[in-house]
Amino acid sequence: MIYQGSNEIEEKGKVDKPTVIFYLVFVLLGWLNIYAASFDLENATGLFDLSSRAGMQLIWMGTSFLLAFVLLKIDTAFYETYAFLFYLAGILLLVVTLLVAEEINGSRSWLIIGPVRLQPAEFMKFIIALTLARVFNSYSFHLMERKNLWLVSAVILLPVILVIAQSETGTALVYLSFILVLYREGLPGGFLFMGIAAILYFVLGIRFSDQQMGALSEGEFVTVILIIIFSAAMIWNYIKRRDTFFTLLLSAAAVFLLAFVASFFTPHVDWGIVAITALSYTALYLLFHFFRYGKRTYLYIFLFLIGSFAFLESVEYVFYDVLQPHQQMRIKVTLGMEQDLSGAGYHVGQSKIAIGSGGLTGKGFLNGTQTKLKYVPEQDTDFIFCTIGEEHGFIGSSVVLLLMMFFVLRLLRLAERQTTVFGRTYGYGVAGVFLFHMIVNIGMVIGIMPVIGIPLPFFSYGGSSLWGFTILLFIFLRIDKSRKRS
Amino acid sequence: MNNNANPLAKRRYVIAAAAVMIVLVYLAQLFKLQLMSPQYREYADSNAFLRRTLYPARGAIYDRNGKLLVYNRPTYDVMMVVREMKQFDTLDFCRTLNIDMERFYSLNADMRDRRKNPGYSSYTPQLFMTQLNVEEYGLLQEKLYKFPGIYIQSRTERQYNYPNMGLILGYIAEVDKNKMAADPYYVRGDYVGKSGIELSHEEDLRGEKGVEILLRDAHGRVQGKYEDGAHDKAPVSGKDLTLGIDIDLQAYGEKLMHNKVGSIVMIDPKTGEILCMVSAPAYDPVLLTGKSFSANYRQLESNPFKPLFNRAIAGTYPPGSTFKPTQGLIFLQEGILTPETRYACYGGYPPLGGRPGCHSHASPLSIQYALTTSCNSFFCYGLNAMLSNRSKYATVGAAFDVWRDHMVDMGFGYPLGVDLPSEKRGFIPNSKFYTNVFKTERWNAHNIISIAIGQGEILATPLQIANLGAMIANRGYYYTPHVVKERKGAALEATYTTRHDSGINREYLDITVKGMADAVTMGTCRGINLAPFVEVCGKTGTAENPHGDDHSLFMGFAPKDDPQVAIAVIVENGRFGATNAVPIARLMMQKFFRGEIPESDQWLETTIMKREILPYVYTRNLPAVKSPDN
Repeated sequence: MIYQGSNEIEEKGKVDKPTVIFYLVFVLLGWLNIYAASFDLENATGLFDLSSRAGMQLIWMGTSFLLAFVLLKIDTAFYETYAFLFYLAGILLLVVTLLVAEEINGSRSWLIIGPVRLQPAEFMKFIIALTLARVFNSYSFHLMERKNLWLVSAVILLPVILVIAQSETGTALVYLSFILVLYREGLPGGFLFMGIAAILYFVLGIRFSDQQMGALSEGEFVTVILIIIFSAAMIWNYIKRRDTFFTLLLSAAAVFLLAFVASFFTPHVDWGIVAITALSYTALYLLFHFFRYGKRTYLYIFLFLIGSFAFLESVEYVFYDVLQPHQQMRIKVTLGMEQDLSGAGYHVGQSKIAIGSGGLTGKGFLNGTQTKLKYVPEQDTDFIFCTIGEEHGFIGSSVVLLLMMFFVLRLLRLAERQTTVFGRTYGYGVAGVFLFHMIVNIGMVIGIMPVIGIPLPFFSYGGSSLWGFTILLFIFLRIDKSRKRS
Repeated sequence: MNNNANPLAKRRYVIAAAAVMIVLVYLAQLFKLQLMSPQYREYADSNAFLRRTLYPARGAIYDRNGKLLVYNRPTYDVMMVVREMKQFDTLDFCRTLNIDMERFYSLNADMRDRRKNPGYSSYTPQLFMTQLNVEEYGLLQEKLYKFPGIYIQSRTERQYNYPNMGLILGYIAEVDKNKMAADPYYVRGDYVGKSGIELSHEEDLRGEKGVEILLRDAHGRVQGKYEDGAHDKAPVSGKDLTLGIDIDLQAYGEKLMHNKVGSIVMIDPKTGEILCMVSAPAYDPVLLTGKSFSANYRQLESNPFKPLFNRAIAGTYPPGSTFKPTQGLIFLQEGILTPETRYACYGGYPPLGGRPGCHSHASPLSIQYALTTSCNSFFCYGLNAMLSNRSKYATVGAAFDVWRDHMVDMGFGYPLGVDLPSEKRGFIPNSKFYTNVFKTERWNAHNIISIAIGQGEILATPLQIANLGAMIANRGYYYTPHVVKERKGAALEATYTTRHDSGINREYLDITVKGMADAVTMGTCRGINLAPFVEVCGKTGTAENPHGDDHSLFMGFAPKDDPQVAIAVIVENGRFGATNAVPIARLMMQKFFRGEIPESDQWLETTIMKREILPYVYTRNLPAVKSPDN
């Protein structure tokens, strides 16, 4: 393999230097940008002034370094042994937080002990990663056994539910990034495919729900065609019968062609009904093959088709009746359906203005007006990337983005070179969390993702998040350091 | 390595590839935002930099004696930054501004309509409503914190000390989109001169706007000046103007012309300064200010007597007999006549069977006496003698064009170039015109004989007629008439200080002056004889008017030696020159020279002021076939 060929010689017992350098660079850049983002034009404070955000971040950095140092001293066996205990403690902490926390900015996620304010949900990330690693590391563990699937799902979903109850939806979504671990450890690609298909149906169904094409909306019409194509593709992939694949696809296409020809003679062709006809035909086709050849795969594909259509029909209901108005608005803004310059769109709009106004080289350190004058919300926490974009331009922001990417790739490489399942699965958990944070946070700031309030690792201001990420990373570096070598 | 054999190990490539793909998409988006979208830079700047316009005070206007005519008064505009607006109590807002919801929506729509407001942007303050009074301003100021995105901008409004000369002063109003498109200096809501001096001297009066660049945070709070005001520009006040107009004379003229239609123009012949310029009916300039502007404007515009029409410079009339001095001067200058040449008049022009007609006076007569008695026949003979003189001119056309060039040199046929907008040129035909009319070059003086007595095709503005008075008073030259005498901090344009020569010899002018002096003492305009107090020279006119009664005209100057004032009076449908124009000119002269009307003339003043001569507006009379008088 490219990454860990047996001729690659690692010095035994050394901490992975590139990762540590990435970490230090990120924390330092983060600190400078926090200073820039929170810089007050009228009362400028120094970089080291403890009354300022930058000064406070310095404290979080110092303690984080200390924490990292301590973590590297702890034996790997400790994490393996006490993983479940950590989990239990973490869940308990979440429950306690839920019960005692006061509402701050609409969420009940802060635990206040004297002068220290902590967000237990941040620390739950490494705990879940450890626990999953511990579970996967069990003797003769096979993910696809039903019992194990339930167990793994429970490990992930229990904290998800608790954190959602704290109204920290963003962090809860982060926990879902552990699906990456499951995928690496054998979750069939079909599950991910269904997940992606569901998102696709949702986006299409909502985005184009306002234009009607007869019985269906435009979005539904396109999605129905997609379902037919997906069904045919599944025949190709799982049954490996090209003739059946082509027959189905061509005969379904013939339905549309017929309708197209008919549209020259009568103006009243209802394209929605045409699409439904084609879909019904596909369904019958699958059922027919199931009964004729007795192959259950046909039945599963048939069920996928029915399920897809049912999901599609429920999307609008879910969107308009289950989601909260502000969540609807955020999604609509991201899909470009609404401008809403004063509400949800305002923040993203200002954030895009900040980044866009940076140009190639940016306005220079401390010269960003968008962030200094507080047009960008949360300019030193969730929207810290704006400051980079505004003051350092395309060069600065793409360098940071690429560094982040190489950092995640490095983590994947480290994960793969682990000799134990425990090490590998933990590594994938770590890589997944960072990848998810990077994609969602930067995607939100540049207007590709909906507004989901999660920090940019190491850059965003905040003790809990910096500590959480430091712990997450350095446990992995400790595991990596002590891996068995061939 | 055990996982080498594991097919699942390949999935790391799927994961890595997905991560790289997403990062590439993000890089593309960054590229688009930062390198392909220059508008974001503008948005950021308009966010952060509040460019506050500093409005200069518009120049004040004084009369020739230093009396303040026009000045400024503060007024307040409501500005809106749409992007900063949050939900607020619209009803309360409307109540504060004293408008209803319907008006609120229409103002809002107007503001956002890019056709009406090309400079609209949701990021910068836009004009929502103009001219709050002090009371409304106070109310709004108090509640301003409740209405995010609303700002008040103070402006100035024109204020007038005299209810006179609205047409000369003109008015200011919000700039229209054509002007904005033509001159980037203006933005929506700016005030700009629309007529009169306010328009013609816009660039003097408006001054230069200044700007102050402030840093503004997301809550609209000003965070200080950008780079300590290094890029700020102070406003430059508009230039104050002093007019040649004497406001007392002007006001008196307007009073005399009350309930009449017509014009009085008085010029200082030594400088060309216009001393008064009455166009009747007149209007009070204050009508075209403030909130009732639109209503008043509509009313003035639809008034059948057209008070917004400046008759002094844009009304064109047949000058009638006031035209005769120019004819005498041309004939003398061209050597067609000598001062001794006499023609016989038999109560009409004999070659055309007594047409145009004339009235009884001694005959035969010379030029000087012809002017005194305003003999029609004499000038017809003269024109005929000139146009049929083939030894001097090759063709009738050549002769006529010489005639025409003299007319132009005396200030007719083209706008004089007064510093007021929309001056008309009147009409002096050339030979080509008649060739076209008669469809042959072989026309003669008898075809066009009426122009010899200022009728026919000839048209002139009251200003041109008054200017003729000034030219004769100066014995042969004039300065372009102008209302603005002084611009504070700048010299008068050269065109107003340049002497224009008529090209007529002084001796001929002396004869003309004598004729006109005699007309006052013993001729047609004895009504203006102020001797021995002041020697007036004059010429009456009665212009045929196809739409009704003849127009009554007078042109003259005084004193005869060392003239200080030239005058033209036109009273539409005032019939004989002596009936209305002469007495009005007399009273104006009295006012000018004495500052008041002597007791002996007060009965005349009362009579004139009471007199109502308004044309039939709705029922036009058929053209009256009448021979011109005098």
